[in-house]
Amino acid sequence: MSNQADRNFLANIGAAFLTFLEAVGRFSAFTGAALSHCLRPPIYFKQLIKQMIDIGFYSLPVVALTTAFSGMVLALQSYTGFARFSAEGAVANVVALSITRELAPVLAGLMVAGRIGASMAAEIGTMRVTEQIDALTTLSTNPLKYLVVPRIIAGLIMMPLLVLVGDVIGIFGGFVVGVYKLGFNAGTYIQNTVDFLEPLDIISGLVKAGAFGFIVTIMGCYHGYYSKRGAQGVGVATTNAVVSASILILIFNYLITELFFSV
Amino acid sequence: MSKKTKIQMSKVYKSFGSNDVLKGVNLEVDEGESMVIIGGSGSGKSVMLKCIIGLIHADNGIIKVDDQDILQMSTKQIEAVNKKVGMLFQGGALFDSLSVWENITFGLRAQGNLSKSDAIDIAQAKLKAVGLRGETAFLLPAELSGGMQKRVALARAIAANPDIIFFDEPTTGLDPIMADVINELIVECVKDLGATAITITHDMASVRKIADKVAMIHEGKIIWTGTVKRMENSGNDHVDQFIHGRSNGPIQMVA
Repeated sequence: MSNQADRNFLANIGAAFLTFLEAVGRFSAFTGAALSHCLRPPIYFKQLIKQMIDIGFYSLPVVALTTAFSGMVLALQSYTGFARFSAEGAVANVVALSITRELAPVLAGLMVAGRIGASMAAEIGTMRVTEQIDALTTLSTNPLKYLVVPRIIAGLIMMPLLVLVGDVIGIFGGFVVGVYKLGFNAGTYIQNTVDFLEPLDIISGLVKAGAFGFIVTIMGCYHGYYSKRGAQGVGVATTNAVVSASILILIFNYLITELFFSV
Repeated sequence: MSKKTKIQMSKVYKSFGSNDVLKGVNLEVDEGESMVIIGGSGSGKSVMLKCIIGLIHADNGIIKVDDQDILQMSTKQIEAVNKKVGMLFQGGALFDSLSVWENITFGLRAQGNLSKSDAIDIAQAKLKAVGLRGETAFLLPAELSGGMQKRVALARAIAANPDIIFFDEPTTGLDPIMADVINELIVECVKDLGATAITITHDMASVRKIADKVAMIHEGKIIWTGTVKRMENSGNDHVDQFIHGRSNGPIQMVA
């Protein structure tokens, strides 16, 4: 009896492992095919523009709010900390560095994962379930090219732009709190920010943003594309898209930071 | 005079994991013929249809369209074959973000340059062919009733004047009168285009109206083929049970 149970236990582990490998293989094949289509014409420009507006423009309010408040709270908190060893002057510096290198890309990435990743998975998943993806194929249109490529390219282009705007707004948030609440001189605060900020700080943040844009869109598209039947299938696809994108963003944030750290 | 074979499937197998769906399907459809495939839910009808257009890749066997084997083709070649094919999906599968005319001319515009005004003209002509008014062209699919959506989907399937048309359960979800209207439209469209048609359905009224020939699929195999007339007295227990809709017989439904 226990022998049988052991075997079932091992069989379950084996089956789970096989399922995992299958998913990895399918994801790699999907990503490879999508990327190769990105490089081959035709590109559906109308779809691309639509996605760019959706990712870039309509995510602006959310990203602006998150980065503004992050800059503001960062100024307050770092002031409290630095006041303990009379280093209040470093507030502007800390705000600028944290926003550009870390907070703007990561927070914008997570916000966009929730907003865009979810809607992509739901939309493409619904198209899968209602056979619209099959219909594309029968109408001489490659679904990867029509649905996935514009989303990926839009993510790669718009995320860095969003983060650049987020950088400015976040630093401005810190400036507002610094000048109007903490009593810094406006000129000095700006001077401190500009003096300490290096191009690499901003560039590393934008590289991260590009990577996160790719992660969010590929996860949204992949989970939607392989969505299971029914409303529940689309629901699961949406959840998986957001969760996997968020986790990957945090992991890749560390990896990219380490890459730039050694430069 | 024997007609040319348009579509030929022989010993086609397909499984999903441990679930064997097609277990050696053999089927021949002649040019210009309207073949209807009947069979219960889960008998492999849809999978069989999707194998012919390459939406699902069969594991084994031969699927010839115009004497060329689909399973030996590259994706590019399959795309070329698909240009000759139109398909009406079960739920219509209209693109809900696009207007009716954009839906109808989607395939045509994907295949080549077509100006907007020409596209609208073609769409309106196709709408008239399926009994809808020209103004419908500017509505969105969500603004249409179920029967109208089916008609628009039919217009889209025939827009590129295909030589082969597939109908996946064309009357499912429609009331009996609308179902009859759709059946009549299918007969008309297929005749006008001179196309070869394969329809899968379990609606017997539909079978009697549109079929030249009937094939019955059961447990992943074609178990009977013949004309509609012969179907009524087929002498095959499975066919008899199915066309009369009896729960008792050789086909056991797993509840």
